[in-house]
Amino acid sequence: MAVSGLIMVGYLILHMYGNLRAFSGPDAFNEYAHHLRTFGEPMLPHEGLLWIVRVVLLGAVLLHAYAAITLWRRNKKAAGYVGGKRYQTKQNRTGIQRSYASFTMRWGGVTIALFIVFHILNLTTNDIHPGGASDTAYGKLHNSFEHFWVLLAYTVALIAVGFHLWHGFWSAFTTLGQNYSAKRRDSFWNSAAIVVAVVITAGFLAPPFAIYFFGLGG
Amino acid sequence: MNITVRVWRQKNADDKGRMVTYGVENVSEHMSFLEMLDVLNEQLTLSGDDPIAFDHDCREGICGMCGVVINGIAHGPEVTTTCQLHMRSFEDGAVIDVEPWRAGAFPVVKDLVVDRSSFDRIIQAGGYISAPTGSAPDAHAVPVPKDDADHAFDAATCIGCGACVAACPNGSGMLFTAAKITHLGLLPQGQPERESRVIGMVEQHDHEGFGGCTNIGECTSACPKGIPLDTIAQLNRDLLGALAHGKA
Amino acid sequence: MPTNVSEQFHAVGEDIHDTKAPSGPIERRWDERKFSTKLVNPANRRKLSVIVVGTGLAGASAAATLGEAGYQVKSFCYQDSPRRAHSIAAQGGINAAKNYRNDGDSIYRLFYDTVKGGDFRARESNVYRLAQVSVNIIDQCVAQGVPFAREYGGLLDNRSFGGVQVSRTFYARGQTGQQLLIGAYQALERQIAAGTVEMNTRHEMLELIMIDGKARGIIVRDMVSGEIETHTADAVVLATGGYGNVFFLSTNAMGCNVTATWRAHRKGAFFANPCYTQIHPTCIPVSGDYQSKLTLMSESLRNDGRIWVPKKAGDDRAPSDIPEDERDYYLERIYPAFGNLVPRDIASRAAKYQCDAGKGVGPGGLGVYLDFADAIARLGRHEVEAKYGNLFDMYAQITGENPYEQPMRIYPAVHYTMGGLWVDYDLQSNLEGLFVAGEANFSEHGANRLGASALMQGLADGYFVLPYTIANYLADGPYEKIDDSHPEVVAARTAVEERIEKFLSINGTRTVDSFHKELGQIMWDYCGMERTEEGLIKAISMIRDLKADFWANVKVTGVNEELNQTLERAGRVADFFELGELMCIDALNRRESCGGHFRAESQTEDGEALRHDDEFAYVSAWEFGDEQPTLRKEPLEYEYVEMKSRSYK
Repeated sequence: MAVSGLIMVGYLILHMYGNLRAFSGPDAFNEYAHHLRTFGEPMLPHEGLLWIVRVVLLGAVLLHAYAAITLWRRNKKAAGYVGGKRYQTKQNRTGIQRSYASFTMRWGGVTIALFIVFHILNLTTNDIHPGGASDTAYGKLHNSFEHFWVLLAYTVALIAVGFHLWHGFWSAFTTLGQNYSAKRRDSFWNSAAIVVAVVITAGFLAPPFAIYFFGLGG
Repeated sequence: MNITVRVWRQKNADDKGRMVTYGVENVSEHMSFLEMLDVLNEQLTLSGDDPIAFDHDCREGICGMCGVVINGIAHGPEVTTTCQLHMRSFEDGAVIDVEPWRAGAFPVVKDLVVDRSSFDRIIQAGGYISAPTGSAPDAHAVPVPKDDADHAFDAATCIGCGACVAACPNGSGMLFTAAKITHLGLLPQGQPERESRVIGMVEQHDHEGFGGCTNIGECTSACPKGIPLDTIAQLNRDLLGALAHGKA
Repeated sequence: MPTNVSEQFHAVGEDIHDTKAPSGPIERRWDERKFSTKLVNPANRRKLSVIVVGTGLAGASAAATLGEAGYQVKSFCYQDSPRRAHSIAAQGGINAAKNYRNDGDSIYRLFYDTVKGGDFRARESNVYRLAQVSVNIIDQCVAQGVPFAREYGGLLDNRSFGGVQVSRTFYARGQTGQQLLIGAYQALERQIAAGTVEMNTRHEMLELIMIDGKARGIIVRDMVSGEIETHTADAVVLATGGYGNVFFLSTNAMGCNVTATWRAHRKGAFFANPCYTQIHPTCIPVSGDYQSKLTLMSESLRNDGRIWVPKKAGDDRAPSDIPEDERDYYLERIYPAFGNLVPRDIASRAAKYQCDAGKGVGPGGLGVYLDFADAIARLGRHEVEAKYGNLFDMYAQITGENPYEQPMRIYPAVHYTMGGLWVDYDLQSNLEGLFVAGEANFSEHGANRLGASALMQGLADGYFVLPYTIANYLADGPYEKIDDSHPEVVAARTAVEERIEKFLSINGTRTVDSFHKELGQIMWDYCGMERTEEGLIKAISMIRDLKADFWANVKVTGVNEELNQTLERAGRVADFFELGELMCIDALNRRESCGGHFRAESQTEDGEALRHDDEFAYVSAWEFGDEQPTLRKEPLEYEYVEMKSRSYK
């Protein structure tokens, strides 16, 4: 889970960098989208790099999901449920200290997975095209985010991503044997996780908000 | 003070079990939680009912035998063992839910008593240093840096009560396992078996049906001895190193 | 008319002697004994079996070592894991004559201190051997990964403990017993994994099987299923701890009991010096009649704390409202040289006298103040916290009072029992094939145990003494195989089953605990810190009446075929009644004061304990009898240490 998760975090950072190009205007953004497809030519065929990234990413997603489902099933059995509940008491159901982030890893992950499907249909293949289909990357983006419900879905998903990263990034480094602080709240990796989560969430939300509220590039 | 306790009653491993409500009157705030259960058991015995079975022994917080989930928290509201929890931590008129540790690897034996022999089997899988009696060199033959000795001691204070497993939403025994890995792995005497130890213990941990660790940290918060979460990172580090050396 | 008033309660038999210890220079005796013992060929060891009952320091270390040697070992404990035995609760440390401090310590000095500390009621040969092997224990434990305290240079730290002049105590913060036991436990688990030791947890020994004069097995109850099981072997080791719980309230764990050794005693093993009980002065007092156990705080508190009571009896003002001139710092007043640091028994008894005079403080008037106000003023709160922080926290947790702001309350509590089954130099009881180790035997501490010596003795017995001496016995084996249908086995089983049926059928009106508490109160009042002829005679008759009432009126619920904690306790308390009576008889016979036994009739004008070496320099070994016990004396001779009386004025 840790390795596949970190691969996806790496991807998100690159993806976010691309998105922020939207602030440089439609031409720069389209140029960037085009460049992604021609990167490495003629050593690589057209869209070569993109497909390599897509394959690696798909592998990471599948691995991550497989590991998550396996872990979930194992842990459910290990927790010793009695009649659908572990403890009968109604008190302290959320534990002593556990963060909302750690609590929502599973359903947050599912939310994110559903969103990714929508996201690809919307902005990559453009099969879903509120506000009209477009041939340019910027056009797809702009047409979609003029709609409040698209923005809302995007925002909800990004907040889920933020929480997922907050626990996930920290946890990944612990699993890799790198976390050396006795108290999790004080740890370097916990701070790093918060920074990564906030930067990625904000970085991704900036362009759509700019489009909706300020008509960026309209 | 007068309180109400709702206790998990289960006749034996095959029984389904259920919560049963009892009233306990004239409870002194200076009583320990287990003394309150003693008083309740005296009442039950005199009225011909079966007293509540619960594990306990030293009653000074070191043997690790006692442990119940009180109001959903392993060992109750204070960070200590159940035997060192006192009734002054509760309000007059409180309703207190008392349940056994819940974990697939800790089957209930009766009422609040569970079988924790899985912990012993994890130790059997490598939680020791092979030093047959009489084979030891002089104690001063190998100096141990004070910091290493102190950290090893911190990890070695684990009492094996199982609160970490009861508190972990995943029913994982990783903190228990990691405490032993860290204790022995920090000492020079523990080096020769360091890699086989971590592989063996983690395999046994998984084999016993404990859950996987997702680094939530409930274990360390419930731990009466404050075993730190970084022991788990240490375990993972040792495990990855051992796997990299092809020890699996 | 008997010359000794105690003889109305017992007979006197022939003297006994330890025939195993070699004579000659004391430092050569253990080597000579090891050389003269028979060895067992490694290939034959797997044909020989040993039962070890108890998994504390002595039991776990013995089982692990015998397993390593290649014997077939069966280990038993009543807890759910061998790691939980009560050795785990020892706080202070473990003595060893390493002389790492270069402060003049030596094997001879540790030997001398232990004999003197035991008030000249221990065997010189045994104590010398204990001091000799003490050094090996530390080596062994370090190799196992016991994280002893270390100095910045990486070498082991030591401290001075229990009033001795040298620093020979090794420690692991306040949890030395825990760390040593975990070390022994891990060695034991290694052998379980290797298949040399078969571990039986949640099993309680209820009877010893004797066949043709040899100990050949035990009857145990599986505490989960209730099944009565028979286990046979070539030898049986009892490492089942002390019997302090006869007082109900003690620092022992709730489950500690005398059943294993008492059952062996009933089958013929001599019980030695049962009246020697150590009472520890700095425990947290009883807070109410629901109290289930007492918690010890390290004696080191007396280094800086001052002990006092109000001068006026019945003064119920808060301690802060009692002015300085209305306080009685009684230890400093009576013992100006040692003050608050007088030995355990003197400090304990002095507290009792103050409380008897109505000056006690806290619930029931059973407590004295241990005040750190002066220490905090002198050293600053920070330094007091650094030295005693964990103890203060423990006190605050249990009492809910803040010891930085108000004085602690302390009261003595039963802590350790020096008496136990009689053993010879080989740790074998008078029954062939029955070996006894750790607190369960009587041997090394005499009438009083020094601080940090219990851990040393447990591990010495288990790692370094018993594995050699038991081989001498096993070398003549394997003994004839015992079938479960052997008449002696059947008889032992039947006795156990009938006793359980009896408990379950009484269906009376009183709980087991109520009897145990009443017995404990009798023992505490009449066979506690101070014993008198009149009190002991009264106690014997009270115990007999209570015992009769128990067998007529106890209520044990449930059935045998389940986890039944009431039934477990009933069996233990039934044995405590018989032991309690023997303790009183032993105390009545010993008309002197020594170590953990103080007879009010035998004291100096200053109230100091007065020994009578001419009359009582012997071990009292008691032989069981249906009508009455028989006293068998083992005379004690001192060739190396001159018998002296102590003074702390």
